[in-house]
Amino acid sequence: MKVSMNWISDYVDLSGLDLNDLIHRFTLSTAEVEEVYELGKEVQGVVVAEVTKVEPHPNSKKLHLVTVCLGDHEDHCVCGAPNVREGMRIPFAPFGASVVGMTIGEATIAGVVSRGMCCSAQELGIADSSTGLLELPEDAPLGALVTDLYAIRDTVFEVDNKSLTNRPDLWGHYGIAREFSAIAKRPLKGLDLADLNVYASLPEVPLGRIDSELCYRYTALRIDNVKKSVSPIDMQIRLYYCGMRAISLLADLTNYVMLELGQPMHAFDSRKISTIQVERFPEPFEFETLDGVKRRIDPETLMIKSDETPVCIAGVMGGLDSEIVADTDSVTLECANFSAVSVRKTSTRVGLRTDASMRYEKTLDPELCKLASARFTKLLLAIDPGATVVSRFTDRYGFHYDTITLDFDQAFIDRYTGIQISGDQIVDTLTRLGFGVTRTGDAFKVLVPSWRATKDVTIKADVVEEITRIYGYDNFSIETTLSALHPVRPLRVKADEAAIKDALVKQFGLHEVHTYIWCDAKKLSGLNIPLPENVSLLNGMNPDTTVLRNSMQQTLLPVLNENRFFAPDFGVFEIGRVVAGQKENGDCNERRTLGVAVQSHALVQRVPFALFLDMISTMVWNLRRQKVTFERTVPTFAWQHPANTASIVVCGKVLGYVAVVHPAVQEAIDKRAFLLTAEMDLDSFAEIPENEIVYEEPSKFPGIDIDLSFVIDKDGTFGDIESAFAAKPNDTLKKISLVDVYEAEVKSITVRLHFVSPVKTLSKPEVQAYIDDVLGDLAKKNIVLRG
Amino acid sequence: MAISLEELREQFYENLKNADSSEAFEQLRVRYLGKKGEVTGLLKNMGALAADQRKEYGQKVNQLKNAVEQAIADRIAEAHAKDLENKIALAPRFDLTQPVQLPEGSYHPITLVQREVEQIFASMGFTIEDYDEIVDDYHCFEALNIPKHHPARDMQDTYYLSNGQLLKTHTSAAQNAIMRKYGAPLRAIFPGRCFRNESTDACHENTFFQMEGIMIDENISISNLIYFMKTMLSEVFQKDIKVRLRPGFFPFVEPGFELDISCLICGGEGCPSCKNSGWLELCPCGMIHPNVLKAGGIDTEKYTGFAFGLGLTRLAMMKYGVKDIRDLNSGNLKSLSQFVK
Repeated sequence: MKVSMNWISDYVDLSGLDLNDLIHRFTLSTAEVEEVYELGKEVQGVVVAEVTKVEPHPNSKKLHLVTVCLGDHEDHCVCGAPNVREGMRIPFAPFGASVVGMTIGEATIAGVVSRGMCCSAQELGIADSSTGLLELPEDAPLGALVTDLYAIRDTVFEVDNKSLTNRPDLWGHYGIAREFSAIAKRPLKGLDLADLNVYASLPEVPLGRIDSELCYRYTALRIDNVKKSVSPIDMQIRLYYCGMRAISLLADLTNYVMLELGQPMHAFDSRKISTIQVERFPEPFEFETLDGVKRRIDPETLMIKSDETPVCIAGVMGGLDSEIVADTDSVTLECANFSAVSVRKTSTRVGLRTDASMRYEKTLDPELCKLASARFTKLLLAIDPGATVVSRFTDRYGFHYDTITLDFDQAFIDRYTGIQISGDQIVDTLTRLGFGVTRTGDAFKVLVPSWRATKDVTIKADVVEEITRIYGYDNFSIETTLSALHPVRPLRVKADEAAIKDALVKQFGLHEVHTYIWCDAKKLSGLNIPLPENVSLLNGMNPDTTVLRNSMQQTLLPVLNENRFFAPDFGVFEIGRVVAGQKENGDCNERRTLGVAVQSHALVQRVPFALFLDMISTMVWNLRRQKVTFERTVPTFAWQHPANTASIVVCGKVLGYVAVVHPAVQEAIDKRAFLLTAEMDLDSFAEIPENEIVYEEPSKFPGIDIDLSFVIDKDGTFGDIESAFAAKPNDTLKKISLVDVYEAEVKSITVRLHFVSPVKTLSKPEVQAYIDDVLGDLAKKNIVLRG
Repeated sequence: MAISLEELREQFYENLKNADSSEAFEQLRVRYLGKKGEVTGLLKNMGALAADQRKEYGQKVNQLKNAVEQAIADRIAEAHAKDLENKIALAPRFDLTQPVQLPEGSYHPITLVQREVEQIFASMGFTIEDYDEIVDDYHCFEALNIPKHHPARDMQDTYYLSNGQLLKTHTSAAQNAIMRKYGAPLRAIFPGRCFRNESTDACHENTFFQMEGIMIDENISISNLIYFMKTMLSEVFQKDIKVRLRPGFFPFVEPGFELDISCLICGGEGCPSCKNSGWLELCPCGMIHPNVLKAGGIDTEKYTGFAFGLGLTRLAMMKYGVKDIRDLNSGNLKSLSQFVK
């Protein structure tokens, strides 16, 4: 919203103060100022002149040679304005004067020398465009500077509308002036209003049914005999500087009062209006708003009707049929208060956000209706004294907000602020902001003014804000708290996440990425991965990204694919959330999940596969000192290899899986790459207990290592051998490790057994009996020592 | 007649002079000091001596023996030193410029920034909490004093889900659960991923990270809020940061503020980054609204508190100079693999 400091100065005397400093304090105390404009500075030396002679230009049909009288002397220029005529008074820029964008020098126009310019409103910077010269009143004093006569010079600032959402009172200059009065500690002047009570004996404007659920107050006033149609220049300038456009006196006045008080109004041509009703229509229909657009109106939309004919979308925009036109001489002025929610929803539904709807959305004070009507009347009668009020102020005030009174004491304010703000200062600030304050010792009783009582100020904490923002946050002393400190133990899930990231990044060289919580249908289809059936977004913008992922791989495999040329061997991981379907109550089963995806171009796939398992095992061991077993399982996801998918099992609990990527998916990424995936549920992992370190006195006696090479089936594993030894526990067998795997015509695996006794030096014959026993068991599984 | 002691000494030194290898030294040692060595052999001469001369003679032989031992050891040490010198002279001069194999892995920049901020708050006694990404209307809005139809719900375009839940639009959605979990007094931060239904461009993402903090105790004041914000931000940016508060409207705080910091680029002079204002709007904050405390089961007569939000994504972009916010969720390793730490 744009604010004119000239307008503010109508209501609070800021003379002698630095305006820019005040505007800066407005940012700190009220709302953010985005931009400050110094307007009218360029207009220099432009004076009032009367056109005394208009002669044809010798070389042009459109141009004229104009003589103007500046009071004590004449001047001449070439003028191209179509509306130039003898006897009119206009702004004239003589040689050396300047207007927007130029200084007047000597110019030759179509062969004739011109040393001056007759100006349009646009050239004075007070309109976007002009079709002709700005016509000044007949009594404008000749030779006077236009900048002295009219408020062309102004400081205008723009406030971020978002920072006003909670302040319905700040959507007009008068409310802003009240803020400046508190900030500058200068009195706020009263509004100049017509006394509407004098019309009490006149007939009512006929009002029919009013839907008081959505229309809290509806008022109407009829004024006849309006003869003037053009607004005073100063009014036009203010409208323009505040972002609106002068149209006609009646329309301008409604806008002017809205910009001044924040209360939207609507002017109907009385000829088009009979009994007014405010209601919803049972059936949808089409309605043409005054911007000439036909809009669909549904049964939820509150409408103003005249004898059942829709004439206005309540609080949003009027209809084309009943708008003020050139020959309108009787106006029926609507000034109403509608439900903020209803206006907001209507405005969204019809796709039309207007200056009116924007204000109604903020929950306006219904008291404004009468104030605005009185202000409108005052202004109109001053401009057009012949206009006559022909109705009483017709008022249907169906909903009143509660009066709000708040009680608090000095200690409450002190505790909230942490500093000392004196009782006198509290009373002064609140009084300037319009609050009624009664102080008894340290106790305050505060009456919230109606313009702050619709939603904005309802509790004591709201009053704290009023006091502190005017006091100034820059004036606060900065103090730490006196709260007791307690040790803080990190959450296990957070500690796990940090440790996993460190291990994967530092120990295993993976790259952490972030992906979206939803699947990208196009990317998945490119990888031959079906879209899961899962909870989805209702209102996403992109129809391809609506289904939530139920596995990290739905978003990680596309990342792997997009980075496939990054390096021959690399891996990515993400700790994120997946939605593993819904819980019994329908809520998403959101699981904190680690996803890993790795690409390798190693010649022997056995190696990266083993390293991959090792990575998972190491990670788990580092975090919990628990052993992982990998159990071959049937795939549940499309990218899992039917033969090489295994559950990650810790303490008997399945925590996730490791899987070689299915050839159909792998080929879509890279025909020659070996791709691996893993996923682990970190919420389940958090429940895995940590194995304590159990210290064992080292044996004083040397142990012995015995290497055994076995010939084994092609699908035989190290685990087959290990489990045979594990099945026959032996106190002295401390470790079985893998030495070598060799695959040629036969597969052979070499393992190393490490024996240690705490009481003596072991000799080979002492352990041979045990070994022979296990060899016997292995032989039954066709695992035999290599010859 | 056997060789005399003096002759033997001379002979030994002559031989030692000519010895030039460790084998030669060993031979000398065996020849002179061995069991049947020549120095030992001198003792055989003792029989020919008078009894009163024997003691003196014995001492002389012993002295010789020690001298021989020492002389050989010295020569060995000397030779070894020479050996080492040779080794050093012949040693290759290694290439100090050859490329180093850095550890390949990388963290996501958000992780790095988040860790830094978490450590700062942990050092000030804040619990670091975590919360769901998918929440319900109550936690995201109702419990935060944002009733239905409140315009604040328009401010943040929410992703609604087919099961009636929604993707959390702000980390504040965790406030209620955390207040209920710990009660008062309480100091906690909770970083998390948030979602807004808006079009993406270089400055806008629908998926981003925030961090929320709350502190609740018996006498928490606006003055305390400013202190913690200033301290935290000075730690984050590793310099004394000037902060200022402006009124800001957020339904879950009252009073609510926008906190600006002096522009990091121009230091407050005014530059394009701060639109010539000298200030950067950084975090919304305020005193927790009594309705929010109430919803969290906290006695509003006894306790007050402050809350603040910090855009981790924005912080990461500022810290590392990331210009396009979309890079962060792109998964593009050309960008992300640079964050090695």
